[in-house]
Amino acid sequence: MQWSIRVFDMSDLRIVGVSILFPGVRQVFRGRVAEGSLVLGVWLGFGWIVLARWDRVSRAALGPWDHKLALLTLGLGVLSVWMWSLLSERAAEERSQGARGVWALAWSAFRKSRVAVSAAITVTIVYLVALLTPFLAPFDPAAQGSLLTERLLGPSMLHPLGTDQFARDVLSRLLYGARISLTIGFVAVSISITIGTLLGAISGFAGGKVDAVLMRFVDMVISFPRLVLLIAIIAFFEPSIFLIVAVLGLTQWPQPTRLVRGEVLSLREREFIQAGHALGFSRSRLILRHLIPNALAPLIVAATLGIGDTIVLEAGLSFLGLGVQPPTPSWGTMVADGRDNLVGAWWISTFPGLAIVLVVLCFNLAGDGLRDALDPRLRS
Amino acid sequence: MSLLQVQDLRTYFSTDAGLARAVDGVSFEVNEGETLGIVGESGCGKTVAALSIMGLIPSPPGQVMPESSIRFRGNELVGLPEASMRKTRGNRIAMVFQEPMSSLNPVFTVGNQIQEALVLHRSLARRDARKIGVELLNEVGIPEPDQRFDEYPHQLSGGMRQRVMIAMALSCEPDLLIADEPTTALDVTIQAQILELLAELSARRGMAVLLITHDLGVIAEVCDRVLVMYAGQIVETGTVEEIFVRPSHPYAEGLLRSIPGTSAGGDRLHPIQGSVPSSVDWPSGCRFGDRCPHAWDRCTAESPRLTAPPGGSPGRLSRCLLTEEPRRRVRSAAFGAT
Repeated sequence: MQWSIRVFDMSDLRIVGVSILFPGVRQVFRGRVAEGSLVLGVWLGFGWIVLARWDRVSRAALGPWDHKLALLTLGLGVLSVWMWSLLSERAAEERSQGARGVWALAWSAFRKSRVAVSAAITVTIVYLVALLTPFLAPFDPAAQGSLLTERLLGPSMLHPLGTDQFARDVLSRLLYGARISLTIGFVAVSISITIGTLLGAISGFAGGKVDAVLMRFVDMVISFPRLVLLIAIIAFFEPSIFLIVAVLGLTQWPQPTRLVRGEVLSLREREFIQAGHALGFSRSRLILRHLIPNALAPLIVAATLGIGDTIVLEAGLSFLGLGVQPPTPSWGTMVADGRDNLVGAWWISTFPGLAIVLVVLCFNLAGDGLRDALDPRLRS
Repeated sequence: MSLLQVQDLRTYFSTDAGLARAVDGVSFEVNEGETLGIVGESGCGKTVAALSIMGLIPSPPGQVMPESSIRFRGNELVGLPEASMRKTRGNRIAMVFQEPMSSLNPVFTVGNQIQEALVLHRSLARRDARKIGVELLNEVGIPEPDQRFDEYPHQLSGGMRQRVMIAMALSCEPDLLIADEPTTALDVTIQAQILELLAELSARRGMAVLLITHDLGVIAEVCDRVLVMYAGQIVETGTVEEIFVRPSHPYAEGLLRSIPGTSAGGDRLHPIQGSVPSSVDWPSGCRFGDRCPHAWDRCTAESPRLTAPPGGSPGRLSRCLLTEEPRRRVRSAAFGAT
């Protein structure tokens, strides 16, 4: 109880009431306008979902897995909004004055860049939307309307982004496509970063023959044109989302490997690694606990930029018909679908194209901001 | 029986220029609870000798030659597999390094790092490890140890960090602490405090200390016995009094004369001319020959062996032909005058 009072503003029932009903309003009146209105906006979005899509929300717990995931996201989202709005400012201040590690310093540098913060917020919101898609999408993305009356309709109230040549709602397809594109980007980069980190750390730490063999292998993989490699692999197997994630993830590890190896090469000469040896730490402990955490900063930047690249690559593969197979929507396939009707029905290709540009741009801007924040040499 | 016995230690590195004989036949003993100093210029092999004892010589290119013997409590350490060496390291023998600024991992709190060592070596629960860690910080003289425990290395001063390093080394209750120039990177007042701390800990815990330094002042302050190293070899051993009052080897003499304020009879410092030769190519004969003011033709012809100078304490040795032919000593020879 002591704890909850210290961290949360529970001193007044009115504060608790306002915070729970309209989170963010209190912060707006105290001068934190941007933060407060953002949280209020997210809150209103959640509220709209619950009110307008009550039929789906109420049955989500028993529905398919993506509905369950959306419900979980909604619940966690509401909870975090409440926690944030109840968090007392005094506690936040106390914390920021306490011990400040490397991450705390990086965070304070990062939040100074408006562009990077806006980009990061946009990316977060896009991911949130992707997770909540089962509640948000007005229609089933694969359901076709009447091919006679509802084909190639322009934007309207019923279909805000119009319909495509099969009379499917473009907005719903865009939302479901976001799920596919963002998941592929995230998972593929996670795979490649994990592999790259381990291989790079081992290579840099072991040195000698191990290093030479691993690095020549990396050179070999890098020297192969990636798109050709991807097309060749995909041509051999039945295209599926899992295949694309695996192939994208398993062809991207050489770059992080090199990055981590370079970091480790310089880190392993530092005295704390020698001190670790002297304290009798095992090699795996030194790599996992002491080298990798110190190499994390450039890795996070590489991962952020890598997600953008991967989304573009996936869109390219899908555009070529080698990626996600119809009727499953992905932004790449949607752009490809609309290219025959670009003159008459511009909305089919334009909106997914804009979505790709927006997300990739935001990832790159956030990545640049992270680089500036995490690299002390660039910090002014 | 002595705690650590080093017999004919040879640590060689293969380099592009040839075989570097960084440590070339060094023998000494460290007794329980004693503080032994190793002194010498940079490049004499002091640090390599210490790293050889710890089994931390990077291999390749380095190698502790198989004829060497390092016995800790009678157990041979040379040729021990890495896994069993790791048990000795940090557990029975601990080491403190020169550069406290970079000896701590910057991304974790100091407490976290002390805890890690405690959990690993003493298999304590994390909560107990915290308690003991705070006690250790208190023992090494860190004020407000409970708060410092949760701070990051960059929030501490150099002296504080070196204290933390000592606390980490102590965390496993070692019998022998090797301190490799522990005070070089610190300013003078802090140096004195750290040395005092080492002496105090050694006395309280009965822990032997092997103190490596290029600073004779440090030796005078805390050591019982001294080894003077030059060019990968021991050139003189003795008690602190003997080395300071009656240095036998011209190199030890030269080191003493190059300390500000102790050079007798003048304000000028008397540095030893030249620098340590390359370990790839030690000079034949006496390795100090070409820098020695007393050197005569015999010095280039034969390599002097460690012999006991007259009137020394047991264990006092000097690697100089002057012990055989004392009349060759040039009385007025000032270093630098040649």
